[in-house]
Amino acid sequence: MDYNKELDARGLNCPLPILKTKKALGELTTGQVLKVISTDAGSVKDMEAFAKQTGNELLSSQPEGKEYVFFLKKK
Amino acid sequence: MTQKKLAIIATKGTLDMAYPPFILASTAAALDYEVQIFFTFYGLTLLRKDLSGVKISPLANPAMPMPVPMPVLVAALPGMESMATMMMKDKIKKKGVASIEELRSACIEGGVKFIGCEMTVDLFDFKREDFIDGIEYGGASTFFEFAGSTDICLFV
Repeated sequence: MDYNKELDARGLNCPLPILKTKKALGELTTGQVLKVISTDAGSVKDMEAFAKQTGNELLSSQPEGKEYVFFLKKK
Repeated sequence: MTQKKLAIIATKGTLDMAYPPFILASTAAALDYEVQIFFTFYGLTLLRKDLSGVKISPLANPAMPMPVPMPVLVAALPGMESMATMMMKDKIKKKGVASIEELRSACIEGGVKFIGCEMTVDLFDFKREDFIDGIEYGGASTFFEFAGSTDICLFV
């Protein structure tokens, strides 16, 4: 998937992946896509909840080995 | 959609109890909540510029996981509190958990408003210059002005 910015949240624990995602989205413009890579298993549910509550669309959420890869579209 | 609001009362000044208010407030801010934390009694010490005095005690904390079982009388020995704090901070770092300083900064960046309890400053003879800038000082009624309109209100 094409994306405009990548956020490496590997090794970070709750709530840092979400806090950094929010910050990274702030640097994008509407419609742009952010890729997030995390190793925190809790971030799978958290990212869904974040997207639902903030209106930024979670385009995809996929485990890749021991990592989790997310694509979010900025509102 | 109207902006949701969260109010938290932070009353504890230990390392473990510093986490809930700062985690919840910073996360809520990331979720576009308007957030205020009212820091009172020992919780107010979490607003000091220097957070090195924020510690964890193994005393009166039987649920704290220990590398070896530790009798209360041993946990009460001098230096045990500093050791427990050092071990906890080490674990926090290793597990990629944010430091208190980091979460507090995230709160400030996210626009979380900190209210310091004026009565506590007076009671413990705290000095305002020991606290970070940008705090509003007030009392219970200042807190209720915001808390009365919130969706979530928590006491920590």
